[in-house]
Amino acid sequence: MHRIKAVVASPVAFSVLAGVVIGALFLVGTGADPVAAYEAVITGSLGADGIGSTLTTLTSVLGLALALAVPLRAGLINLGGDGQLVLGGMAAAVTGLYSPLPAPLTVVLSLLAGMAAGAGYAALAAVCENRFGVPLLVSSLLLSYPAASFASYLARYPLKEPGSSLPQTRQLPDGVALATFGSSTVTVGLLLVVVAAAAYWFTDRRTAFGYEMRMTGLNARFSAYAGVERKGLTLRLMAVSGALAGLVGAIGVLSFPYRFLDGSLTASGYTWTGLTAALLAAASPVGTVLASFFFAVLQVGGLSMERTTEVPRELTQVLQAIVIVFLAARLRFPQWWFNRRKEAV
Amino acid sequence: MFFDSDLLMSALRALTPILLAALGGAVCERAGVFNIGLEGMMLMGCFTAVATSWFTGSPWLGVLAAALASAAYSLILAVGAVTLRGDAVVLGIALNLLAVGLTSFLLRTVFGVQGTFDDPSLAGLPLVGGFSPLAYLAWASVGVAALMLSRHVWGLRLRGVGEAPDAAATLGVSPVKYQYAAVLVSGVLCGLAGAQLALGNVTLFSENMTAGRGWIAVVAVMLGRALPFGVLLAALLFGVAEAAGFRLQGLGLPQQATDAAPYVVTLGALFLTTARRRRRTPATSTTADPTPTGAVS
Repeated sequence: MHRIKAVVASPVAFSVLAGVVIGALFLVGTGADPVAAYEAVITGSLGADGIGSTLTTLTSVLGLALALAVPLRAGLINLGGDGQLVLGGMAAAVTGLYSPLPAPLTVVLSLLAGMAAGAGYAALAAVCENRFGVPLLVSSLLLSYPAASFASYLARYPLKEPGSSLPQTRQLPDGVALATFGSSTVTVGLLLVVVAAAAYWFTDRRTAFGYEMRMTGLNARFSAYAGVERKGLTLRLMAVSGALAGLVGAIGVLSFPYRFLDGSLTASGYTWTGLTAALLAAASPVGTVLASFFFAVLQVGGLSMERTTEVPRELTQVLQAIVIVFLAARLRFPQWWFNRRKEAV
Repeated sequence: MFFDSDLLMSALRALTPILLAALGGAVCERAGVFNIGLEGMMLMGCFTAVATSWFTGSPWLGVLAAALASAAYSLILAVGAVTLRGDAVVLGIALNLLAVGLTSFLLRTVFGVQGTFDDPSLAGLPLVGGFSPLAYLAWASVGVAALMLSRHVWGLRLRGVGEAPDAAATLGVSPVKYQYAAVLVSGVLCGLAGAQLALGNVTLFSENMTAGRGWIAVVAVMLGRALPFGVLLAALLFGVAEAAGFRLQGLGLPQQATDAAPYVVTLGALFLTTARRRRRTPATSTTADPTPTGAVS
């Protein structure tokens, strides 16, 4: 009971509620019925037609949310998720196209290549901070743009599918793909991401590294005094973060349409959704999973909201950002609100 | 010839929006508010400028509305970071995300289009002597900001608030007032930057059209150490990189290579300046956080 009250009283509950209420005001402002719109969000994302799409979206959102949560747990913000994601996708595509190994091994190799590319690039951002003193926030973000340009260049020139009008690579060979569940679009990638979430939970709760990570996030000076080596920690956390982002890119390439299409990995803004989810959960492992699910529902439900009420789905993006604004401003239900209720009971 | 007056002109044009936004960022930095919401404030300015110019037919009203709208938008940062003492980094990121969502949403509800709004009858800013009037305003702002910060009592108090808020408060200077003022100034300047981008550099609005310029402005503040003339030099570096990129594109280099150029140049410049600064002050700065970008509470 105490725990439930603590959750309700936390800024998280207030922020989500504020987002939903302000979203309703937007809906009323555009002349739509907010109840019908929110109903469409729920039925469209969790109903029989939408759940597959929600789980596919969840794969990307949760993967990137974990990628951003890992450094965030230690108080570091990786803003270069897009670049790491795209490089991971490109590395997976190149491996998938040119690996001489049999298809199942090629799939594993592609996933590993994607993770390695993302990890290496994110580590570069960490080196920028450790060696050159460029803040991680800035170095990771600035590195993201050249990475996207580089992958775009490869997909448009050297690796372009001959005769295609789209900036895309050739399709991966037969069998170089992640298995799907039944006839849905949900791939084994979802399992990989869930395993990653479980590994994050275990590391966070049960290992010394997880403890160092959390201590640094709570109080960087204290943990430095206690002997945590900050630079090494930054480097390792960023490598893990980049590996997860690269994994999401690889999963994207190894799912339909089984190739690297320029811009397709970043078009849905999963990196930012992931960052929002990680921030909302304060990077706690269980919270990150829940927040990712919430945002995946919003994102997919937004589409069916658009169909039923003709309100643009961009509204869900507005909602996400509003939640974070309220959260960052540390707004919560005022204490008297609870005291009054206690008196009434 | 590669470096000629044309290149300089196009560098100066590319520089204007960055310079305006970066000056706003510098004022905030001096007042002790870490503002990384420049990108979002600029984007709000872009949309407001285009929408107002479209509905009133006057680009000048567009500029005015952009400045006001971005200033109002910047209040979110002021209230969140100064009054409620929230995390400025997270607030800044949220402001950037909110601006992308809000402008895309409004683009579809107000104009009924997705992606880009572009109409031949949309009135842009006129050119005066080859430059937008806002470009002259930007250059003048550098001088004004330098003078205010170094000579005027407001500037001295603002810096005092940034360096030692408690001491300033003891002397009767309200840190809250000065920090609000700094954030509002950055809002106005970012609004002008957005107007310049959407009605000066081009005459259209497209989703996320700021494309990282607000972040470049954040970096320009670091490079220029929040000094107005330092910020001008940093922004000029970016302008030259962008203009040279366009030029190289004309010489057959792929667009992707030139697109990446400004970011790479900016990062390189950051390496050089921080490395030099470190050599000058050896070993003392190993424990202290170099910038206020550290922790999320």
